[in-house]
Order: sequence, then C-alpha cells, then structure tokens
Amino acid sequence: MRRSTLFLAVIAALAGTLAILFVHARSALSEGRGLLEEQAAMVRQYGLTDLCLFTEARYTRHPSQADLHTAFQDHPLSLEHFPSGSLLPPPQPLKEQYGSLDRTTTQHP
Amino acid sequence: MGLWIERQRNILDFTLSSLARRKGKNIALVLVYTVLVLLLASVMFFTHALRKQAVLVLQDAPAMVIQRMAAGRHDLIPRRYADAIRSVRGVSGVRGRLWGYYFDPVVSANYTLLVPERTTQEPGTIVIGEGVSRARAAFPGDILPIRGYDGQLVYLTITDVLSSTSELVSSDLMLLTEQDYRRLFNLPDGLYTDIVLDVRNSREVPTVAAKIVKLLPDTRPITRSEVLRTYDSIFDWRSGIVVVILSAALLAFVIFAWDKASGLSAEEKKEIGVLKAIGWETADVLWLKFWEGTVISLTAFLAGTALAYVHVFLTPAALFEPVLKGWSTLYPRFRLLPEIDPYQVATLFFLTVVPYTVSTVIPSWRAATIDPDAVMRS
Repeated sequence: MRRSTLFLAVIAALAGTLAILFVHARSALSEGRGLLEEQAAMVRQYGLTDLCLFTEARYTRHPSQADLHTAFQDHPLSLEHFPSGSLLPPPQPLKEQYGSLDRTTTQHP
Repeated sequence: MGLWIERQRNILDFTLSSLARRKGKNIALVLVYTVLVLLLASVMFFTHALRKQAVLVLQDAPAMVIQRMAAGRHDLIPRRYADAIRSVRGVSGVRGRLWGYYFDPVVSANYTLLVPERTTQEPGTIVIGEGVSRARAAFPGDILPIRGYDGQLVYLTITDVLSSTSELVSSDLMLLTEQDYRRLFNLPDGLYTDIVLDVRNSREVPTVAAKIVKLLPDTRPITRSEVLRTYDSIFDWRSGIVVVILSAALLAFVIFAWDKASGLSAEEKKEIGVLKAIGWETADVLWLKFWEGTVISLTAFLAGTALAYVHVFLTPAALFEPVLKGWSTLYPRFRLLPEIDPYQVATLFFLTVVPYTVSTVIPSWRAATIDPDAVMRS
C-alpha cells in the first residue's frame, strides 16, 4: 500500500472520530436538557446564586456574593491564598465598583 | 486535475518516506504537539462548557440580592429593610433569606446551610446534598450532630439526600428549618442574611437597584446579570493556573516554530540540494515542505482535539480535577454537558496548524531558491 493512502486513511479516521464526537455532543446536549432543567429548578426553588465548584473558602463557594474584604476574612494581612483564587478572579462588578471608587478618590483628594 | 492530484500524492509519498527516515524525532514531535493541542483544547472546551452551563442553570437565580454592608463588610439585614424595599415601584416577591456556612471539623469540610422559603420539613430534621452525604457517610434516617454557637451539639435527623444529578448546585447544601437555623446561630427573629426580590420588568432592574441604594444607602444590590458575569470570568485568561498551563504550552509551541523557522539542518539542506539537482522544481520542494508541516500539525490537531473531548466530556477531566479541587475537602461529582463552540475549534485550528506549516515552508523556500551546487557544498 502507498504511504500516502495509509496517511490519508489515518487522517480520515481521525477526522471521522472527531465528527462522531461532535455528533455525540449534539445528542448528549439534547439528552442533558432534563439535567439542566433539574438544576435550574433547584436554583429557582432555593433561590441559589452560585455553582458549587469550590467549597474551600466562602468567597470561592459564593463568588457572586463576595465583598471586597472576604479574601481577608481570616486575618487582616491574609492575602488571597486559596488555590481556587487562581481560577476565579474577583467578580467584575466588584472590580468596577472599586475602580470607580479609586478614580473618585484620586480626582477629589 | 487528476494529474495534479497524482503529482501531490507522489510528493506526499516522498514526504512520508522522508519523515520515516527520522522516525524517532518525528514521532516525538507529533506526540508533544498532540499533548499541546490536548491541553489548549481541554481548557477551551472545559471553560466554554462550564460558562454555558452556569448561564443556563443560574438564569433562574433571584433577580436581585440585597446585602447590607457594615464597615465595608457583609452584615445581617433587618426585616424593616424588606418592608422599605417593598415600597419601591416595580418590585415583587421580597423575602428575607437565611443562609450561611458551617465548618465540619470531623471531615474538615465547609457546608452551606440554607433555610428554604417553602418547606414541609419539621424542626429537628435536615436535608443534605450528595457531597455532604458522601463526606459524612450519612443517609436518610441517620442523626447528624451540628455544633451550635454555644458549643452545644444540636442533633438533626436526615430526612432526605438531594439528587446526585444536581450536585453542581447542591453538593454541599444542608437544608434546615428557620427555627433550627436561628437556634444554631443564636440569630434573633427579624434578622436575615440577605434579601432577595423579583422585578416585574427585567429592563427596570438597574433602575430598581439604583432606587434601593438611594433609599437604603448601606445596602449593596447584586443583580442576576452580575451573578452571571461572575461566572463569565471563571478561568479568565488572567487567572494564575490557567496562565501557567497556557504559557507553558505556548512556549513549547514557540520553541517548535522557532526551531523550524530559524533554519534547516545541514541534512535537510543537502536533501533539498539533491532534489533540485535531480530535476525537482522550487514549487515541488515547497509542496514537499508544505506536506511535511501538514502531516505533523494536522495529525496532532485532530488527535489532540479528539483526546481533549474525551478528557473533558467522557472522563472526569482528570487533568483539571486536582486544580479544581484546590484545598476543598468536599467536591461535587458532575459531568459537563458537551457545549462546543465551532468558532473556538476553528481558532484552535488556525493557531496550531497554520503557523507550524507556514514556519516549515518559509526557510525551505530560501534554501530551494539557491543554486543546488552551492546548497550541497555548504
């Protein structure tokens, strides 16, 4: 067999596998609608605001509810030290609020 | 057309033979390249799917949460605040929420305690999330002791465990009655953790938030869109660990590209010289190098992307698990739904296959345009 035939067969097999996986994604998504609805129903029922991704600290468990000082909850100088903080930056609204406060105080000393 | 295809196949045959002569080096190259694509594609798939799922799941979160701030920190909010908020036009469904955290020294885990608004639970009972059940090996009918504010243990009977399919939102939850919650934390009646509300017209949410802040200046409203935006920045490219992963992968890629672009080895130059001497045209040599780059980068792209899909969506994302867990004792078991953005896959293709192929062709073009005799002698 020619080497090019073998190579094209390998590429076709890999592309076919990828296509099958993308088709799998489609079907898994439609099957997963029920799961999403169940999770959304729980959010509605209990008034939840955050995903349970990182349970190590309260500002990583409920990042959307964190205030500017939660990272210093354990000690005045305990800078953000939980590993999850590397994946989850402070919420944008908090940064905006702080940014505007910073600008205001700079402009009006 | 048929002739052109046959010509390309002949060049491809020669390319593959040429690659096979340096089998070890090229197999190692494809393997490292595949791992690079696997890492990049895994981060892309994982973050996109997680963000999308967060948006879909949290779209029914409360329209607005009102926190009371005291000296810059979140404080308990009195019931009269809820009464004042009810007077704001456009607001509905104002209710106080009771929730907090409990550190369990037995397994060194943090739980989220929550009082459901409507419940049929009896005082003295508790419903726990699947993660709590797993960590404590506790099941319906068991007694769960919780240490109260005064150090005394309060014994609660587990009546139910929340479904395992909802672990992404409920793994660490403990649902208890208002009476038990207030008793555990010595919380006087009339004080809540925060207040949640609905807004009849969703377009009025920012206006309502501004009115509430004007009415109650020591409060901080958190709107649903802000909650969703919080999850938009998860795995943000500026975040530390992701930067480390990506920069390592990127650096590896730059080394590959640099190695190729900085010039050809003496052996490769000699090969080009011989090919030109036996009658190959410059265009043929460039096609040869194009196929060489394509064989390696396309194989790595297809294999790496397929492996990334399997890694993120068909297995428990083993590479990310230790990173996600961090110092958490209690971690939810969840399977992400495979949301794939075709735009991201196309971006990955253009970022991995195209630069590599181009950086293979350009130095060869330089060598292919020089006189074969001079190339072989050098």
